[in-house]
Amino acid sequence: MMKNTRSGSYAQPQEKTVKLSTVLSALVILLVYAAVFVAEQTLPSTSILFTVLKKGATYALVAVSMNLLNGFTGLFSLGQAGFMLIGAYAYGILTIPVEQRMNVYQYYDGGIVQFALPVVPALIIAGLCAAAFAFLIGLPVLRLKSDYLAIATLGFAEIVRTIFQWDKLGFLTNGSNLLREYPTFNDFNIKGADGEVTLYLSTLVPFIIAGVCIALIVLLLRSSYGRAFMAIRDDEIAAEAMGINLAKHKQIAFCVSSFFAGIGGAMLAMYQNTVQAKAFTSAMTYEILLIVVIGGIGSVTGSCISSFLFVACSEWWLRFLDQKQMIGNFEVPLLRNGFRLVVFSIIIMIVVLFFRQGIMGTKELPDLFKPRRGGKKPKRSVKEKAEQAKENAKEALQAEEQITLTAAEAAETGAAVAAEAAGEEAASLKDKAEEAKEALKEALAQEAAAAAEAETVEGGEA
Amino acid sequence: MLKTVLPYLLTGIAVGGQYALIAIGYTMVYGILRLINFAHGDVFMVAGILMVYIMASGLPLYISIPLVLLLTAAIGFVIERIAYKPLRSAPRMSIMISAIGVSYTLQNLVLYITGGLNKSYPKIPFISESVSIFGVNTKMVTLITPVLTIVLVVALVLLINKTKIGMAMRAVSKDFETSQLMGIKINNVISVTFIIGSVLAGVGSILYFTNYNTVIQTSGAMPGLKAFVAAVFGGIGSIPGAVVGAFIIGICENLIKGLDIILFKAGLTNTSYGLATFSDAFTFALLIIILIVKPTGLFGEKITDKV
Repeated sequence: MMKNTRSGSYAQPQEKTVKLSTVLSALVILLVYAAVFVAEQTLPSTSILFTVLKKGATYALVAVSMNLLNGFTGLFSLGQAGFMLIGAYAYGILTIPVEQRMNVYQYYDGGIVQFALPVVPALIIAGLCAAAFAFLIGLPVLRLKSDYLAIATLGFAEIVRTIFQWDKLGFLTNGSNLLREYPTFNDFNIKGADGEVTLYLSTLVPFIIAGVCIALIVLLLRSSYGRAFMAIRDDEIAAEAMGINLAKHKQIAFCVSSFFAGIGGAMLAMYQNTVQAKAFTSAMTYEILLIVVIGGIGSVTGSCISSFLFVACSEWWLRFLDQKQMIGNFEVPLLRNGFRLVVFSIIIMIVVLFFRQGIMGTKELPDLFKPRRGGKKPKRSVKEKAEQAKENAKEALQAEEQITLTAAEAAETGAAVAAEAAGEEAASLKDKAEEAKEALKEALAQEAAAAAEAETVEGGEA
Repeated sequence: MLKTVLPYLLTGIAVGGQYALIAIGYTMVYGILRLINFAHGDVFMVAGILMVYIMASGLPLYISIPLVLLLTAAIGFVIERIAYKPLRSAPRMSIMISAIGVSYTLQNLVLYITGGLNKSYPKIPFISESVSIFGVNTKMVTLITPVLTIVLVVALVLLINKTKIGMAMRAVSKDFETSQLMGIKINNVISVTFIIGSVLAGVGSILYFTNYNTVIQTSGAMPGLKAFVAAVFGGIGSIPGAVVGAFIIGICENLIKGLDIILFKAGLTNTSYGLATFSDAFTFALLIIILIVKPTGLFGEKITDKV
């Protein structure tokens, strides 16, 4: 169990700085989207960049959904590939055009589903299917502790994989054959009458889908539910003692995470153009887990950044390691097929062993724009100090008034005891008033000094 | 009827024995470190690959088998020192992630070395030979595995119960910190545990791959997971439990593989349900059921959480 006492980034919203940093973060995100849009219109659509961006967006959503469970709720679940599989299949089954069904389900007489839904409802249903399965499996397994839960969810993913390949369900899942011909990312490109693409949207759309989903997750994390999740992560027993219903909140986290994993699976299906249950192995879950770890367990921003880095490294930047490279006449040794993955896994091991915080630790994007805690504090100017002293002095004067009032009251009642008590009180208050007067003097002096300083500064500037 | 069931039963017992040898590694490590060593299945696979390359280099059998076991032990030792020792005081999740990282690394390393191709496992004289038992043809390895497994397990139990290092292991698994205070060198005990686990996985790999003939970088994952399920089933931390669990899983799995034919021969059905697909899923369903019904497994001790 994770029992570290890190303060969640959503724990204490600070009034003034949050606003600026939020605006800056929103700007950054907007810029990214604008850059994606512009790049897509200008660069050739076959560029590897778009492969990376599409797959990266997909993985970002899945990684964030896993982070919701592993990083924020402290449930170590390894069932992500299973839920992605459910989502991918639900999407594929629901959206294959009716006229293509005979072709796709060639061994099963066109399958049992004889209608096709538009993309967005299909995506939502894909998520709901995954969440429904999660609800059912969550009832028994969420009672288990850390590593038992991990292995039970891993086992669940394997069972799902088998069931979807079962011959007897072929009318629904097409058995162990591919699902294809459903709408993919490329179908979002807007084409003119002559079939030429007029507006490229095939990269922007996955960004938008992933962005909306991640935004929903962030909103959930900022709600009271999110705080309850983090309380469960930090100390389950304490959370229960504070009145958090453990079973309910764990179930919610599990279902929501699976919902978005399902949508992520549907996006993966769209990215790949075809989908087959065989591919959703535990290795896929491990990959996503490693993305979460590299990004920082407990940081949504970290998961997003590291998914793009991970995909870019594995699909693009480290590709050269798989081919023979010549420097002059010297052939670089070791470089051949598969070396990329070796280098890659070594990088991952280094991160896991020596940089356990990952890229972002538990920080989020807005945190990057905030002044550092414990570092440079904004110095209060002399003027502000003087202002503060003045206010203190005012309070002191009020206190003095209070004394006279109390004394008068005492005199009126004429009770000796009361008078004595009042006198004592008066004495202490007088002391205070004395102090306050001194403070006022000091404040005035400080103000004068400040004025003088300001003058000298101005003089210097002049 | 018997003739239909027997081949599956025999293979089941053999596979069960092979799972048992892997499961012991899981259960011992879990008993001491409370860590699911996800890399253990891959150590098993690497032992298979090592055998392929060492036999290909032309070394005689009586050198190559001990060499494989020695190298496997070394790999287990090195993995523990590099990937788990630095994280001893880290949260459990970090160590588990490190284990997954090691598994990923080992698979990719083997992928690089073999080029991702199936390597055919060398034929080992005697245990690769065919033999006929009750009119059923099978390999010698099917008969040797259970015997060898039992012998090794008895030896291991003796080691744990009668020797000094065994006593240290038991102490460490009971209470990590206290045994350290009593002067037990924890790191040595853990290393020995990993070495024993790896050697047994090495023996298991020789038996397993003789049966299955080919090795590829992913062939360790499934047996590894199943052996872990066996360890949980038998009660994690308990060696006899792991062995019993492994045999049960091995036998059930193979009976399911032949269930369609068995049902058909028994006259219960006329159609094939394709149930063989579920031989892997069965193991995991069993896992989920046992975790819900009796989380401590068959022979496990109850651990109560302290607040």
